[in-house]
Amino acid sequence: MTDRTPRLELEGVSKEYPGVVANKNVDLKILPGEIHALLGENGAGKSTLVKYIYGVQQADKGVFKWEGQELVVANPKAARKLGIGMVFQHFSLFDALTVEENIAMGISSDLAVKNLNERIREVSRQYGLPLDPERFVHTLSVGERQRIEVVRCLLQSPKLLIMDEPTSVLTPQEVDELFKTLRRLSGEGVSILYISHKLQEIKDLCHVATIMRMGKVVDSCIPSEESPRSMAEMMMGENLVVPEKPKKDAPGLPRLIVKNLSRQSDHQHGVDLKNVDLEVRKGEVIGIAGIAGNGQIELMEVLSGEARVEEVQSVQLGKNDVGNLGPGARRNMGLRFVPEERLGHGAVPEMSLWENTFLSGFETMNLVSRGLINIKESIKFATKIVSNFNVKTPGVEHAANSLSGGNLQKFIFGREILQNPEVIVVLQPTWGVDAGSAAFIRQSLLDLAAEGAAVLVISQDLQELFEVSDRISVICEGRLSPSRHVDEITVEEIGLRMAGIEPEAIVGRATND
Amino acid sequence: MIRLELRGETSRRMVYLSPVFAVILTSIAGIIMFTLLGVDPVKAIITFFIAPLNSIDGLAELFVKATPLVLIAVGLSFGFKANIWNIGAEGQLTIGALAGGGVALLFFNVDTPFLLPAMLIAGVLGGMVWAAIPAILKTRYGTNEILTSLMLTYVGLLVLSYLIHGPWKDPDGQNFPESRLFHDAALIPIIMEETSLHYGWVIALFGVAVAWFVMIRHMIGFQVRVVGLAPMAAKFAGFKEKRTIWLVLMISGGAAGLAGTIEVAGPVGQIIPVISPGYGFTAIIVAFLGRLHPVGCLLAGLLMALTYLGGDNAQIEMNLPNAVTGVFQGMLLFFLLASDVLVRYRPRFGGQRKTIYEVSS
Repeated sequence: MTDRTPRLELEGVSKEYPGVVANKNVDLKILPGEIHALLGENGAGKSTLVKYIYGVQQADKGVFKWEGQELVVANPKAARKLGIGMVFQHFSLFDALTVEENIAMGISSDLAVKNLNERIREVSRQYGLPLDPERFVHTLSVGERQRIEVVRCLLQSPKLLIMDEPTSVLTPQEVDELFKTLRRLSGEGVSILYISHKLQEIKDLCHVATIMRMGKVVDSCIPSEESPRSMAEMMMGENLVVPEKPKKDAPGLPRLIVKNLSRQSDHQHGVDLKNVDLEVRKGEVIGIAGIAGNGQIELMEVLSGEARVEEVQSVQLGKNDVGNLGPGARRNMGLRFVPEERLGHGAVPEMSLWENTFLSGFETMNLVSRGLINIKESIKFATKIVSNFNVKTPGVEHAANSLSGGNLQKFIFGREILQNPEVIVVLQPTWGVDAGSAAFIRQSLLDLAAEGAAVLVISQDLQELFEVSDRISVICEGRLSPSRHVDEITVEEIGLRMAGIEPEAIVGRATND
Repeated sequence: MIRLELRGETSRRMVYLSPVFAVILTSIAGIIMFTLLGVDPVKAIITFFIAPLNSIDGLAELFVKATPLVLIAVGLSFGFKANIWNIGAEGQLTIGALAGGGVALLFFNVDTPFLLPAMLIAGVLGGMVWAAIPAILKTRYGTNEILTSLMLTYVGLLVLSYLIHGPWKDPDGQNFPESRLFHDAALIPIIMEETSLHYGWVIALFGVAVAWFVMIRHMIGFQVRVVGLAPMAAKFAGFKEKRTIWLVLMISGGAAGLAGTIEVAGPVGQIIPVISPGYGFTAIIVAFLGRLHPVGCLLAGLLMALTYLGGDNAQIEMNLPNAVTGVFQGMLLFFLLASDVLVRYRPRFGGQRKTIYEVSS
């Protein structure tokens, strides 16, 4: 294998942003047919490197060799001409257009003219990516939308396919299908650069992994010979502390109750909640699995009080009906919550950390007296959060957006947890957070439950849910499945439910055959 | 070639430097304009910007003109920070002036020290009432406050016109559309003898101090800032959107109404058909030029007041049209918005890095 010319070879790529070194002397070699993982925590420089390869931005210095030939890729169009395709984490599709129209818009014009429809069918059949060119995009699931992007790349017969976190929106079954396609492409000699932080997937799929930390390549390995844990430690450069479930008493009385809750979403393309029932008891962690965009945000809003419902008894905190109460009133009854978006929702990006303590703490922590902000107490509280939750920051007077994702999330969690929650609801608690911070946050949720809080974790990350939850429910299309104990429920069952299929129905059909 | 490159984070320095650039660019454009008009540019600039400040009288006049601008701009900046666009301060000023002036006319020749405070309070309330209409429409029906507040300005001016042509017309005024001259107890006292400087200026300075304190230390200021910077975070905190809308419209309406009363009880001394030469609109420029910061509004208010005085001066001394004032104000805002690009972008001189792209086909 070593005597083959690499498809892509990078030497000494460096890129500096004002104040940040995003890439420093990065070398990378991808062989034909190789599935190459690019591993690293958030901010390790993966995106910068990929943007360079795909011609989105130029590096300050570095050599780009394509099949042995040195050249400069001026823009994505040039990259596509070379045979580089990319599937982005966020799709760029028009909802109101058909699959064919969407594909036609994103490819070079000589491909877009004739018999595109047939070619789409051909490619999708060939690679096991079922796709109907005439369907409108808004009628498709997230998995199907991703297929459009993949097919769009494949139509241009790429030699290198870049995939950025492709599985974060897929059910386990869809992930399996995608991997089959990728292996087949690899067999045909297509190189794949696969970016992910899901280590088990990398172990299953990739031939080689390059590990980045702080903008530099720090290691490389053969994933099949490593464990997810050892790869995580290479990524972090330190030992990973895996959260442990503390022993605890049987759960107590219900603290958070949702009864037959229905609600129309007020977001465009939102999902309505349909007859949701839910109960979180004292000392218990309930996990809600599901693909993003199946009603999680709507559920979160109604639990936090950011959205209110007419039927007051459909949301209860302890013995109180709170359906029509706002976030402030619910906080006074012991509820805390952590939204999904850190910047702009859980924190004001431009404000200092101490000012950000105010958002949820001004009443519960007595940071305001007679309308005036108590600056001294706020700084004290912020400092306590920073030291208790290992937030890395030069000081609490720095703006929230100066912190890395993981550090800001630790700060936000610290802010809520130090306000002694009786009930805490968190949405995507470790999304885009580095492995070390994620482990820390999960541990603090477990500790909180052990101390008697009722904890509800809504997450897309199944591994996370299995790590922290006592019981797991699945949300799909705004419907919530009854919760099952973690020991009783399997990944397969969750996967089917995430796709909206009742496991019983599958069993039933199997016996009928 | 000059390119613009996105900065990693917004530049604090540029936030403060951009108004300075705007002033410099306005002066340069002014010089070019005067030259093209065939006027000696040096003389024009001196007449416009320096001559008005040459005497105690001139300075006093500057403060008098700045008073309404500063008061209104400080009030408006609360709304603008929270992304509530009240551009009808001119109307709120008018109704405030009518409310305050109405009290003066109602108690005509009543000699009591309570009259003036009562007028000022009435002025504030009048401005608030006029701002309450857009507030109700926005919170109830989601109407755009930009349109409603602007249109109400013209309604307010018609109310003024009706009153001074009808019920409030001075009975001894030879049918001029003006009210009676206010009696002494209804006039704001002069600070410095022989000049027009009155205690309204002190009220404006006090307003700046209060606004500064509220913006930094009070929950109201915090709430307004959060709503403007991150509306979702405001929801997270449990700040009620409607309450914020009401709050900022009452602050800005009240400030404009107060400024209106100060105008009629100060320099004017009666209700006349044109109470303000567009202070309510100019204050929008002042608020932005002052970076929505109370102290900034103070400085910008003084600068804008100077353009009014300079315009008058240029008209008298050099026979230049009064439109010069408007041109200068417009250029200031234009150059400010243009300079603001530098807050988020940095200019790079020199061409784009050369890119070579070759593929052997």
